[in-house]
Amino acid sequence: MEELRKEMENLKDQITAVRKTFQDSTLQEAAAGVTVVGRVQLKTRKTLRGHLAKIYAMHWGTDSTLCVSASQDGKLIVWDTITTNKVNAIPLKSSWVMTCAYAPSGNLVACGGLDNMCSIYNLKGKDGNVKVMRELAAHTGYLSCCRFLSDTEIITSSGDCTCVLWDIETGTQKMVFAGHQGDAMSLGVSPDFKFFISGACDFTAKLWDIREAECRQTFGGHESDINAIGFFPNGNAVITGSDDATCKLYDLRADQELLTYQDPSIMCGVTSLAPSKSGRLLLAGHDDFNVNIWDMLKAERVGVLAGHDNRVSCIGVSSDGMACCTGSWDSFLKIWN
Amino acid sequence: MSGSSSIVAMKKVVQQLRLEAGINRVKVSQAAADLQQFCLQNAQQDPLLCGMATSTNPFRPQKVCSFL
Repeated sequence: MEELRKEMENLKDQITAVRKTFQDSTLQEAAAGVTVVGRVQLKTRKTLRGHLAKIYAMHWGTDSTLCVSASQDGKLIVWDTITTNKVNAIPLKSSWVMTCAYAPSGNLVACGGLDNMCSIYNLKGKDGNVKVMRELAAHTGYLSCCRFLSDTEIITSSGDCTCVLWDIETGTQKMVFAGHQGDAMSLGVSPDFKFFISGACDFTAKLWDIREAECRQTFGGHESDINAIGFFPNGNAVITGSDDATCKLYDLRADQELLTYQDPSIMCGVTSLAPSKSGRLLLAGHDDFNVNIWDMLKAERVGVLAGHDNRVSCIGVSSDGMACCTGSWDSFLKIWN
Repeated sequence: MSGSSSIVAMKKVVQQLRLEAGINRVKVSQAAADLQQFCLQNAQQDPLLCGMATSTNPFRPQKVCSFL
């Protein structure tokens, strides 16, 4: 046991040392010749009103028009963000919802939370009623996040420290991704659907190979829980947001942190994040009711979205990059561009 | 928790670290250059970055009718 512990420490030191040997430069140096983005001022174009309690999650549909939101008023609402009409208002069995997701096909939505389950709803049922299609139960902790790979597969992250790949049709676990030493809080799927990343309360982010059920890389550096995680648009880097009030950019091929996005005036934890379509802008939602907009290459704050009267709990940029949606504990969603 | 199960757990941790230590890596200068290039190449297709004309904005402010 003692030998194993020594080997563990040696390997950790080895990884740190190897990473340094590849650090022949920094992103700051590489981007030195790039001018900082000018002040970004986005306006609220739409306010989606209808939830009666805190909104905990939102997710854009792939058509860049519809989105789904989840609130602890016990409802999932599918919105047409252009008309602000509610396309579906789905009552949930458990109101303690923490996450929701829209399937790429647009046929299904999913949600889950303190019920430890991921419930799948079919939006395109024959009789027009939206019903529970499957209840994926096996996690021994709360469901913190879920993301569809297709209409037949979904990945979940949980307070039980694991992530799971499910077969929706049979309702069974295909793969269990274990390794985090703390609650898994958030996950993101790579653009090619081959990998996913998870952020956890052990202050690390992990990259997982979906088919091999293997953790490929682990990234540390944060000083508190990672609440939010996302892929850089080309799939080669990962962005994390933490209770330590910072966001970090990790490059997957260099296997290390490239930049930290922080400012002494920002003291509140990051709850959510989303990159813009080119990856140049990073939008991060905080506990202090604001969204900070960062120039991702220069690590300078270039804008603020102030419009919510309570914590910004979720944020998403549509696939066509046309708009950003924020959801808040103030019960409203706002569309900005 | 028995002694042998914590050894099994520790062996898994060590095995995982060996896997992570052995991956192929790329120099930061290369990785950073590629990220930068991606941002700059796609800048024009990024509406939040470049802004958009009201006529092409799907969320454009509606014209308000007012009584004269």
